[in-house]
Amino acid sequence: MSKSRTPRLRTLALLASATLVLGLTAACGSDGNAAAEGDKSITVYSGRSEELVKPIFEAFTQQTGIAVQARYGDSAELAAQLIEEGDKTPADVFLSQDAGALGAVSKEGALGALPAGAIESVPAKYRAADASWVGVTGRARAIAYDGKTIKASDVPTSVLEFTKPQYKNQVAIAPTNASFQAFITALRLTEGEDAAKKWLQDMKANGVKSYEKNALILDAVDKGQINFGLINNYYWYQKAAEVGEEKMRAQISFTEPGDAGSLVNVAGAGVLKDSITDADSLAFVEYLLSEQTQKLFVEKTKEYPLVAGVAPVAGLAPLSTLKGPDVDLADLADLAATLELLQEVGLT
Amino acid sequence: MSPRPSRVLLAAGAISAVVACAPLVYLAVRTFDAGLATVLDTLWRQRTAALTVRSLSLAIGVALSCLAIGIPTAWLVARAKLPMRGLWLVLAALPLALPSYVAAFAWVSTFAGFAGFFAAWLVLTSISTPYVVLPVAAVLRRADPALEEVARSLGRSRWRAAAATTLPLTAPAAAAGALLVALYVLSDFGAVSVLRVDVFTRAIFASYRASFDRTGAAVLSLVLVALAFLLVWLEQRTRSRAGSWRVGGGTRREAPLIDLGRWTPLALLWLIVSSAIALGVPAYGLAIRMAEGRRFGIDVPELASATASTVGVAGAGALLATALAIPVGILAARYRTRSTRAIETGAYIGHSLPGVVVGLSLVFLTLTLLPGMYQTVLTLAVAYTVLFMPNAIGSVRTATSQVPPVLEQMARSLGRSPVRAWTDVTARIAWPGVAAGALLVLLTAMKELPATLMLRPTGLDTLATELWTRTEIASYSQAAPFAVALVLLAALPAFLVSRTMGGQASGGHE
Repeated sequence: MSKSRTPRLRTLALLASATLVLGLTAACGSDGNAAAEGDKSITVYSGRSEELVKPIFEAFTQQTGIAVQARYGDSAELAAQLIEEGDKTPADVFLSQDAGALGAVSKEGALGALPAGAIESVPAKYRAADASWVGVTGRARAIAYDGKTIKASDVPTSVLEFTKPQYKNQVAIAPTNASFQAFITALRLTEGEDAAKKWLQDMKANGVKSYEKNALILDAVDKGQINFGLINNYYWYQKAAEVGEEKMRAQISFTEPGDAGSLVNVAGAGVLKDSITDADSLAFVEYLLSEQTQKLFVEKTKEYPLVAGVAPVAGLAPLSTLKGPDVDLADLADLAATLELLQEVGLT
Repeated sequence: MSPRPSRVLLAAGAISAVVACAPLVYLAVRTFDAGLATVLDTLWRQRTAALTVRSLSLAIGVALSCLAIGIPTAWLVARAKLPMRGLWLVLAALPLALPSYVAAFAWVSTFAGFAGFFAAWLVLTSISTPYVVLPVAAVLRRADPALEEVARSLGRSRWRAAAATTLPLTAPAAAAGALLVALYVLSDFGAVSVLRVDVFTRAIFASYRASFDRTGAAVLSLVLVALAFLLVWLEQRTRSRAGSWRVGGGTRREAPLIDLGRWTPLALLWLIVSSAIALGVPAYGLAIRMAEGRRFGIDVPELASATASTVGVAGAGALLATALAIPVGILAARYRTRSTRAIETGAYIGHSLPGVVVGLSLVFLTLTLLPGMYQTVLTLAVAYTVLFMPNAIGSVRTATSQVPPVLEQMARSLGRSPVRAWTDVTARIAWPGVAAGALLVLLTAMKELPATLMLRPTGLDTLATELWTRTEIASYSQAAPFAVALVLLAALPAFLVSRTMGGQASGGHE
């Protein structure tokens, strides 16, 4: 047996310990506790993407001197994590992609009540009745259509029409997408359980095509691969900003008043119970609802501002003209029945 | 072979198994929270039965196709005289570098409408085959050609001789590889979500995502654990009692390479087609996205810091996992008692759980037991250990089983302590296998996403989390540089694994 292996083993061990030390040093950057009150630092769990909100966090820090420790993740997974963390959470603020995740955390009693003065600029429709969370921006469901093959006047004004034979194999949906599921929940609430189920069954029988994400549907419509797609309105404006509006083959259309196809949902924020008296956390929520931040969101995401007096991006139908279905956003939180329905029909 | 393991070794192995089973504590807590009625209600739904059938079919189907493709490939790269021999082994190992979500997405964006059970089976098979190829090729390289020659001298044809002697030697390695594949498929979320196959992991994610239902998710996870026990049990039954070490006079020869003659083009075609499916399609998909994303430019500092963090956290995970895998691997290789089997089974369980479940378990456990450790690299390393320790156990076990225990016993009789005897004798011979195991953990940990999102220190970004952040936004093109960086980074350990496992001809009597 040769002795030459010993140095190699030793090098390996050395390398190994070096990596461990490197890893552990990186660990020292964080401390596990929620920020003390007024210490000029907050921890935000953000279900909105880093790309989108990091510049807003940085502007906030610049303006107020309050540092933001941001933790990004999927809204629902962050909600599950917050519920699991309970009182020991290091988070001060939860910024969520949709009302459902906020509602779930609120239901567990993990969110504190925001002061009325801070949130009253947002219409009551777009915030929690118990003030545990507030909507920051809104988005509407819309119909994307191929502008090359379909005339604007031929686009259905209700999603219910898509079950007709002339739309066979022509409609795209994203059944696993949270916004689509919220739309189905709205459909159940406005049309009734049986009608919602029948609509899904008829859509399936009519050859509806399933996609993983809204963005992929829009890409498919824009390439002329499919004539119609049910998406969120802001995807269109984002893509148009990317490639130029005149190059867009896909166009966008809203349904008639009261139709679930134009449901308006919100992204919003809530403050964790233990941080509700923390001036830094409240300053952050107020900052999200300030006119300048609302404008930033609108420019970047093409979503609707929710604060009265802030104008949406040019070309966007004003929020007040969108007469979506008459549903309480809090009722959209429990998706269990919607999921069961989708599974039953076989659209997953 | 001594019939009973030492207490120290057993205790060390038991610690590893307990760490790997930590999520079970959490799942039990969440399940009991709910009360029996809710649990039974979730279990008896028709959907649970459908999920069980589909998840098991996918896991076993992928494992079997990995065996069917992996064993011939392993034989070709280990024993056949082929042009560019080194290249084929590396190509066979490289699919390890592909995260399942990247591969699946590349397929979807290349072939519109690519989805469903068959699609997931194809993608998962293409990226998991190396788990069979590498260990089997390693065994084939080390196998003593003398056995086959004896069989031939007794009148068997070349193929029948190989089937009677060398093939059975590869069975434990092949079965261990297939088990890893099957458990991995049970736990995978990336491919099944992109390709829309309704299996347990997807139902578990949906349970959290849509109804914030932690109980339902916990119950479904426990069913997944039961399936994992079943698979581990099946694998343990197929494993033979024999070790594959040799003693006796003389030195083991390298097996001579076999000239395939007119079959050579067919062998090359086999290797080219399987590589094209496993690597070509994802490479093409990524290249297209890269080209589309050029207008965004590449954020170099962010890419560099994410790369460093990825190496740091995955490295810490690989070290911890390998350290804990060593006692389990030794126990599995050397002893067959009820307790060693229980330890080995326990150590494999975490591999079947989706990352989100392991992540939430550790959120609960660290905050309950060690709040100071919450969201530190150490917690993350523990998560990687729970998830990926089996990747190292198989390698340690195979490497150890090829060292004659007589050597270690001799060292003991010369006065060395059990630990010294192992480090001085067995570890010196088995280290390539141990290192390969560590590399396997390293590269899988690099690709992990859900547990990393939950447990990383706030503010720390890995390539996987950066990639995820960017795919959340409308445009996939911006994610491409991070996907490419991740694949290239993971390709390095994949390459090294192919060298240490496939290329090392050491072992046995030196």
